[in-house]
Amino acid sequence: MAMLSFEKKYRVRGGTLLGGDLFDFWVGPFYVGFFGVSTIFFATLGTLLIIWGAAMGPTWNPWEINIAPPDLSYGLGMAPLMEGGLWQFITICAIGAFVSWALRQAEIARKLGMGLHVPIAFGFAILAYVTLVVIRPVLLGAWGHGFPYGIFSHLDWVSNVGYQYLHFHYNPAHMLAITFFFTNALALALHGSLILSMTNPQKGEPVKTGEHENTFFRDLVGYSIGALGIHRLGLFLAINAAFWSAVCIVLSGPFWTRGWPEWWNWWLELPFWS
Amino acid sequence: MKFLNRKTVVLAALGASAILAGCEAPPPETIQNGYRGLQMQTNYNPRLLQASLEANVPPDPIPASAEGGPLAKDVYKNVQVLGNLTVNEFNRLMVALTNWVAPEQGCYYCHVSDGGFEEDGIYTKVTSRRMLQMTQDTNANWKDHVADTGITCYTCHRGNPVPEYVWVTDPGPGQPTALAPTGQNIAAASVAYSSLPYDPFTPFLLQDNDIRVIGDTVLPQGNRRSIKQAEWTYGLMMHMSDSLGVNCTYCHNSRSFYSWDQSPPQRTTAWYAIRHVRELNNDYVVPLTDILPDSRKGPLGDVYKVYCATCHQGAYKPLYGAPMVKDYPSLQGPIPEGGLAAKKAAEEAAAAASEGDTPPAQAKAEMPVVAEPEPAEAAASDEQAKAEPPAPAPEAAAEEEPAEATADAPVEQQPQQYPPRLQYPPPSMMRYPPAPLQYPPAPQTR
Repeated sequence: MAMLSFEKKYRVRGGTLLGGDLFDFWVGPFYVGFFGVSTIFFATLGTLLIIWGAAMGPTWNPWEINIAPPDLSYGLGMAPLMEGGLWQFITICAIGAFVSWALRQAEIARKLGMGLHVPIAFGFAILAYVTLVVIRPVLLGAWGHGFPYGIFSHLDWVSNVGYQYLHFHYNPAHMLAITFFFTNALALALHGSLILSMTNPQKGEPVKTGEHENTFFRDLVGYSIGALGIHRLGLFLAINAAFWSAVCIVLSGPFWTRGWPEWWNWWLELPFWS
Repeated sequence: MKFLNRKTVVLAALGASAILAGCEAPPPETIQNGYRGLQMQTNYNPRLLQASLEANVPPDPIPASAEGGPLAKDVYKNVQVLGNLTVNEFNRLMVALTNWVAPEQGCYYCHVSDGGFEEDGIYTKVTSRRMLQMTQDTNANWKDHVADTGITCYTCHRGNPVPEYVWVTDPGPGQPTALAPTGQNIAAASVAYSSLPYDPFTPFLLQDNDIRVIGDTVLPQGNRRSIKQAEWTYGLMMHMSDSLGVNCTYCHNSRSFYSWDQSPPQRTTAWYAIRHVRELNNDYVVPLTDILPDSRKGPLGDVYKVYCATCHQGAYKPLYGAPMVKDYPSLQGPIPEGGLAAKKAAEEAAAAASEGDTPPAQAKAEMPVVAEPEPAEAAASDEQAKAEPPAPAPEAAAEEEPAEATADAPVEQQPQQYPPRLQYPPPSMMRYPPAPLQYPPAPQTR
């Protein structure tokens, strides 16, 4: 892998979080580092365990392969390998791989003297996953509340958990999460199309810059958030989408057992309404 | 990162506590109903569950009466339903009934105080007689729903002359709206506080409209039912869930609501339960309309009727399955000639005969043979004539099911016609006939 002439000065030692100089080198374009090795270790082991679980299971149909968590009766203890123990090991591997990846991002950012925005943003995705398979099961008292690893089976899990609370769209945090996801898509579409429209002008026109970007949105809606602002907004929307998703599922069960429509009775019971 | 200043933290804390203030504290009680990881499970708040357990305890049974003695019909006058009981059994049941239904009002709630006990001059007596028949019919012929647990008066009444949970056709809140009665913007307790049609009982528990809306093909081939119709079905299902203190996954794998082979056995019980309640309302409750006073009727003049909550009252089995009726054999079914002693002898003979040669599963399948409730009463016959369609017997209903499933497939056979398959509650209330069936035409005819 060829290296660009100026890249050498960024490939410096140090800045690692763990392991000192151990694995502090590049392979081709990739920085390895201690957490690169641990990512590969956990990801490979987890994937192999899934394949092994599939081999032990009744089907090779990729839609139907299912590595399910233990029965609720095992509580927060270990389960036999074929009765949910495999799920527990794969969960450990997944968390190990995800966290390693985030820490590798942090190491690279430290080497380059950047802010830690990327690993922090990725951390919210990890938070959402950990909420599903660790925080919520611990609050509910059994690993069996985690979602199964399988394409159809995890969809069944989502559907059934939703219907356990009769009508999940009444979940206030779910409302927020959905709103953030949609707004996130809207912001990204507006931003992406704006940038492309500036760099792909009509024939014979020069490529445009930030002045035009700002003017377009001022003409359109009276306000332009600006070049930096749109990225702050984007990060805010994306992080909130993941965060409120985690909140909406951790509320369901540990903090609310009835139908979500009924939760809104606090509103109906406000004394000055009735 | 200036995000984490004091103001933001305070705001975030306020937001979090606002959401949590309406919530409950972990951990809940969870019960697994399906394969691991599938999340078919029931969730209980332990505090509410404890309260419900304490509220759903049956009273201690009255000690069994001494055997033998004259029959009630020979000693008392005008004993139409319980005449084959001995006087001791009869009086024991009367005492129990008073405790269950009118503990404060006493005997004279149902008996004329200045006439003889045989006088029928008070509506409560006529009603109780019919209710006794209803109880016997239920325990004898609806075992697919009530099993051997059975019901007594107490299952619904709980010490109240009128059961606490009853329904009448709901004319709605009377707001000027073009959306009535779909329940838009109304949090109705009848449908677990969701914004769904608030009276799903009239179409489904009084009339026998088709509850199933989902198609049974992957692609929408010929299923003309609409989302609006689905809302009525969902309204009924919300009521069932709420009344039983369970959620949708108690009877369904929600990935495939229609699929019987992915549903837990409870769904079969619920299927019979719907037919059972419909029959109770049509055969026993509605025919009392002329007898009952206005204080027992709703704004549209229909009597208080039965739905799931009437008996279940928040428990997946009424009284959490306490087998109350075993202590009251006189309520287990119509009492044959010769009284309970004869009944018991016949049962023992039948048990002895079937033992050995019939596998138990088969015996069970044969059990709910339709014994048409034939109370030897003049009143009963014209009441039955009034109920327009003969009550669907459990087996007849079971045969309906496959027919219902295949009914959707051959759309081509009846193009252009689109006979309305649903009759919704008071037609005047339905300003929009709920999109069903007529529009848009099926793809084949376009």
